[in-house]
Amino acid sequence: MALAVRTAAWWARLPSSRRLATPLCLPPWLPAACGRPYSSSGKEKLDMSTYPVESIRNFSIIAHVDHGKSTLADRLLEITGTIAKTDRNKQVLDKLQVERERGITVKAQSASLFYNHEGVNYLLNLIDTPGHVDFSYEVSRSLSACQGVILVVDANEGIQAQTVANFYLAFEAQLAIIPVINKIDLKNADPERVEKQIEKLFDIPIHECVRISAKKGTNVEKVLQKVVEKIPPPHCNTADPLKALVFDSTFDHYRGVIANIALFGGEIQKGHKIVSAHTKKRYEVNEVGILTPNEQPTHKLYAGQVGYLVAGMKEVTEAQIGDTLFLYKQPVEPLPGFKSAKPMVFAGMYPVDQTEYNNLKSALERLTLNDSSVTVHRDSSLALGAGWRLGFLGLLHMEVFNQRLEQEYNTSVILTAPTVPYKAVLSSAKLIKEYGKGEITIINPAQFPDKLSVSEYLEPTVLGTIVTPQEYIGKIIVLCQDRRAVQKDMLYIDEHRVMLKYLFPLNEIVVDFYDTLKSLSSGYASFDYEDAGYQAADLIKMDILLNGNPVEELATIIHNDKAYATGKFLCERLKDAIPRQLFEIAIQAAIGKKIIARETLKAYRKNVVAKCYGGDITRRMKLLKRQAEGKKLMRKIGNVEVPRDAFIRVLKRQTDK
Amino acid sequence: GALCPQWPYCRKRCSYCNFNKYVVPAVDEAAMRACLVREARTLLRLSQVQRWVLRGRGSGGPFGAHLHPPHYLPHSVTSVFFGGGTPSLASPRTMAAVLEAIAGAARLPAGAEVTLEANPSSASPQRLDGFRAAGINRLSIGVQSLDDAELQLLGREHTAAEARAAVEAARRLFPGRTSIDLIFGLPGQSQGAWARGLEAALELCDDHVSLYQLTLERGTALAAQVWGGNLPAPPQDLLADMYQTACTMLVAAGFRHYEVSNFARKGALSTHNLSYWRAEQYIGVGPGAHGRFVPWGEGGCSREARVQTLEPDAWMREVQSRGHSTRRRVVLSPLEQLEEVLALGLRTDEGVTHERWGHFSPYLSLKAVFGAPGEAAELQEQGWLVLDGGGLRCRREGLALLDSLLPGLLCQLQRG
Repeated sequence: MALAVRTAAWWARLPSSRRLATPLCLPPWLPAACGRPYSSSGKEKLDMSTYPVESIRNFSIIAHVDHGKSTLADRLLEITGTIAKTDRNKQVLDKLQVERERGITVKAQSASLFYNHEGVNYLLNLIDTPGHVDFSYEVSRSLSACQGVILVVDANEGIQAQTVANFYLAFEAQLAIIPVINKIDLKNADPERVEKQIEKLFDIPIHECVRISAKKGTNVEKVLQKVVEKIPPPHCNTADPLKALVFDSTFDHYRGVIANIALFGGEIQKGHKIVSAHTKKRYEVNEVGILTPNEQPTHKLYAGQVGYLVAGMKEVTEAQIGDTLFLYKQPVEPLPGFKSAKPMVFAGMYPVDQTEYNNLKSALERLTLNDSSVTVHRDSSLALGAGWRLGFLGLLHMEVFNQRLEQEYNTSVILTAPTVPYKAVLSSAKLIKEYGKGEITIINPAQFPDKLSVSEYLEPTVLGTIVTPQEYIGKIIVLCQDRRAVQKDMLYIDEHRVMLKYLFPLNEIVVDFYDTLKSLSSGYASFDYEDAGYQAADLIKMDILLNGNPVEELATIIHNDKAYATGKFLCERLKDAIPRQLFEIAIQAAIGKKIIARETLKAYRKNVVAKCYGGDITRRMKLLKRQAEGKKLMRKIGNVEVPRDAFIRVLKRQTDK
Repeated sequence: GALCPQWPYCRKRCSYCNFNKYVVPAVDEAAMRACLVREARTLLRLSQVQRWVLRGRGSGGPFGAHLHPPHYLPHSVTSVFFGGGTPSLASPRTMAAVLEAIAGAARLPAGAEVTLEANPSSASPQRLDGFRAAGINRLSIGVQSLDDAELQLLGREHTAAEARAAVEAARRLFPGRTSIDLIFGLPGQSQGAWARGLEAALELCDDHVSLYQLTLERGTALAAQVWGGNLPAPPQDLLADMYQTACTMLVAAGFRHYEVSNFARKGALSTHNLSYWRAEQYIGVGPGAHGRFVPWGEGGCSREARVQTLEPDAWMREVQSRGHSTRRRVVLSPLEQLEEVLALGLRTDEGVTHERWGHFSPYLSLKAVFGAPGEAAELQEQGWLVLDGGGLRCRREGLALLDSLLPGLLCQLQRG
């Protein structure tokens, strides 16, 4: 799973070296046919009218990370002749550098395949979905344009936490589900066991499973046949007025917004005047086409088809995901659309050097154009200067965003420790008046209202799914209890594997839960989670003091039960992170006026270098000058000098034991 | 001016040493000698050492004039230091040849300090006698410890008994001009063991002692063992105690603590090493040697930091083809020169004198830079530093913390 590739220092200072240029373009080694970025000239436009609704199948592939979703997609593209068959087709739909590096899909991509089955030409629209729950809003978005899914399960690993989550997303959307057991070529493959798990957990008869090896191409053709046979064509009619669902969008600097659309009725072509049901704005269509997987212009798109549209939209917000487009003067009932993605994790983001503020600002603006799920609020910190507080859908989302910022925009940033959006129900009339409401969301500990003016604090929770070999159950239950989680379900999915469901306070899993789970299960347990609303919680704000002066960036909101342990831990970590100085330093954790933990950093007594002769001087001076430079960058709290990265180093592994 | 010829070869690698040194089966000493001679001649000509103006004479600082180098006439080399590597592995002929070359290219007064760094394992009375005949008049012996187990940990090839014998022989041949090196802060070393070792050394030593706290250098076997957790890292406070104890013992024995790690009695300070800390000019000769001088002979008029090619064979080839093998020359800006004057001068008990500062900074006085409110004033107030009629220097407590004082002082200097 992608979280496993998290680097140790992932929200610490990120180096600005090692950059690759223009990762949004396809690498040069891709076959020319699919390597033309954004082509609107050259090839003749396709006539899509030869594909009536009955011959269209819209589907997604869903899977746990590394179970072979992208490899299967590559094979499907090859078999249908969509891309040339070479041994270099790897994750063709994963266009972002971060996707290829991490082996995950972050952004949904689509590809139209042409497939002849029993003499009939079919148009199969494959809508690739992100593989992680952080991006589940992308998954459900993609699924809304589909009538069926291919559920890929690794023949060796069996059902994992994300398999379960993805299955339920498809099941709830009432889609046809084709279970596929992949990697049967592997030595330890046990497809029978996996078939039994699928039957037990998902109630799908064993005989419906297709055993394949996407890597070797074994049985992949059979998957295509199943797609044609099992997945129903979309229910819609070209004779109806135009009704197009915007299920994704990207931003192109030259052409503006490119909206991915699924037609639920009617047809669309260049020159049509269309209206957005959401904004009521009018546009004229410049171009329509299908994705193969690059843009391939067509004369028209017809009901049931999936493709893209360019219509002079200047900003991504104009192509609201879930919006319905219709023809001017032919309004239709809008499609239900989507709930907007809700940030679950917040973190401060600051330029490493304040002189880079404007560069970072423009990079953020550009990146959020393609990722509207990130929320951005301006923020500032005494230590780190001017920056932003960003909201992410989850930890992986935060990581990926950060990596894209680095790779695609060549910026390095300081990310503070992630925090979750707490809430407070206010009791003070004055505060209610001030905020204009009785319940506020706290995304920054500095805004934490005092207990006296609050009737109740609330914390966000998630429903976590853990799939593990049974021998680790004991340890995992202890871990979950330690994280204040409540068990909701426990089910043996076969003789050896157990699925556990726990209700977690979100902040307990934000930092390191996944890493801990992986390490105590030797890497075998998998984890996934979904939003589960808010619960009342006994929250307090804890301050950290250096020689009596509070350290703003270390103020944290925590559960009362954890205050002593966390306070002690933070003080200990800070003691290691602050260099000794010419005087003694008291490091304290405090709740209000009450000190709950203390460490003492003793004064330096000797640090002068022993040898400094002719040959040592150059090196010595270089070091001293670097220290002098470093001194200028030190954050001074009272008279204590603290290296800028000390707090981040402390926060980074806040809950390590 | 000082000259530092380097002999880059060793018989064995010590576990703590990260110097530029080479352990080879056979050394072509004749070729090495010829190249050292040639490079010394070339660089002396480039530096036009005869134009050097000696500084620091007749100042009335609190430490008296005896700290300053002997008053030679201009155009003279005031000291020579054969370092390494293990220069005592070279034959006296090599030293004689280099000294002859120096005397031929510049003035080398009879009383100039000529030091040889010697290992006890290559310091038999016969060899020492030969070195003396070649012109060496001061010895610095790498005793390091008088405990066989410690010597083994340090990877030295001699025993404590051999070290004693070498020092005794040296004192007979170089009375009052023999120095010993000791190392403290070894992994696992106790305060008591160090004090006992130092006591034994005090009974053995002459009038100059260098005490070095062990620095774990990247790339050394000892550092790898400590960082890998196979040997204990000595606690910071213990190291501070060891240093304090040693300073007290040596001062009680009549030694003057004239530099962070150096102690002398009866005025037996190392002229050569003082020239580094006083930011005087010095010429490095040999593989990896460092220098600081103004290359007047090449038309230069700024002080340069120079490094010779590190690897002996490459160095030799370059010397043979173009007379010297300077690999890197960096012109030091006036600010950089002052940074060195400050960082090096504060290591000594005389500190940075007004006169020396004035030589490098004729327009902005020491008082103008460090008398103004800022880091130096704060450090003075806290009792680490003194700025008075003598100059700027560390108090005893401040000296041990110099590396914490310098970054702030450098910031103040850069603003000044």
